[in-house]
Amino acid sequence: MKNFIKDLGYKFNISEIEYQRKNLTFLTIDKENVVQLLAYLRDYEGFKHFVLMTAVDWIEDGIFQLTYILNSPEKKIDLGIRTKILREKAEMTTVHHLWNQVATYQRELKEMFGIDFPGSPRVDESFILEGWDNIPPMRRDFDTKKYAEETFFPRPGRSTNDPSEYMKQKLYPNE
Amino acid sequence: MNRLTATEDKLPASVFGLPTNFLKMKETDDNDKFLHEENKKREATAPDGSIIEIDPMQDYFCDARPQVSEPYKIKIVEKFLNWARSESIWVLGFGTGCGSIEIPPLVTPRFDMFRYGVQMRPTPRQSNAFIISGYLSVKTLKRVIRSYEQMQSPKYVIALGSCTINGGMYWDSYNTINRLDQYMPVDVYIAGCMPRPEALLAGFGKLKELIKTGRAEKANEYVENFDWYKANQKKIIKDWNMPDYNW
Repeated sequence: MKNFIKDLGYKFNISEIEYQRKNLTFLTIDKENVVQLLAYLRDYEGFKHFVLMTAVDWIEDGIFQLTYILNSPEKKIDLGIRTKILREKAEMTTVHHLWNQVATYQRELKEMFGIDFPGSPRVDESFILEGWDNIPPMRRDFDTKKYAEETFFPRPGRSTNDPSEYMKQKLYPNE
Repeated sequence: MNRLTATEDKLPASVFGLPTNFLKMKETDDNDKFLHEENKKREATAPDGSIIEIDPMQDYFCDARPQVSEPYKIKIVEKFLNWARSESIWVLGFGTGCGSIEIPPLVTPRFDMFRYGVQMRPTPRQSNAFIISGYLSVKTLKRVIRSYEQMQSPKYVIALGSCTINGGMYWDSYNTINRLDQYMPVDVYIAGCMPRPEALLAGFGKLKELIKTGRAEKANEYVENFDWYKANQKKIIKDWNMPDYNW
């Protein structure tokens, strides 16, 4: 695994390497080189299986972190490719030409995070939020509790207790 | 080269990214912007060659309001009918959330819901009970309303799990509703997260009791408060692209 990553480092400009497990490693790379790296891994290194693609909203740094996870059935290792894109200009090159199923992940990311993938098939159609007219719900500045209280009809009477405080009052009321 | 031009002529306009009836499409107002392509107003050629205008939302769907189903005038007949209704509860096979996993065990010999006259049906036209099994997202609610309105009266709704009562563990989710009774009339609630199949059987028992005593009249309540229910539904289903009531 480490030798393979080392060889990969000669060919691509990898900025960060995180060895998660014996068979899982995360690499961080510029957004310009992602498509090239993914195509290289698929065509030359046998990473045929596209596992998933996801995003993380680092609102404090103003970036979205995209993660593509690939699996090699021959090498029996997983490789996570991370990249960072700006939050204001949330746009990424589509890679649906390498694996067809990527288009679905990209469509979901467009809806949930508002990350645009120009040219990806059906990326502008609604996926599960039909007729959504607010900011994308998976962005961290979206307040889901406030939205739910305004939109749906909360049943009155719901209250929550802090378990430690509640037990303290119940067991030692005089203290 | 010739071959290419020949095929290009035959290709429909949709290949080039345009809808096939692009030229015939009219300007639509705001209410129509969510309509599917097949439900938009269009012009079509009749068999005799004349051009007619089709508005599917008017022409293909019934726009009559639902009606209250009155009880039979002779009391003993109504009582007999209620007994018969309570002995054949046909449930629509529509799973909305995690509760739909609790329904398959009822069909197995261990729980065997057939002995109570409860069975699953594949279409809303054949069923008279709707189990809302667990959390309900807004997207599913739209399909649920359509299926519910297609069922024949008298019809009953069983709300399964705490998500249908107050939102359950998804009470602050942007995508799931909190209270089902704001959008649909509910006959029987079954509390729990998730209720066991025995609880579902008990719920069926309760529903039978209600039907036999003539108290399962929630379908009529839906008809009487139709505008209130519709307003609530349209508040959260923002892309309303179906008829207001469909049979």
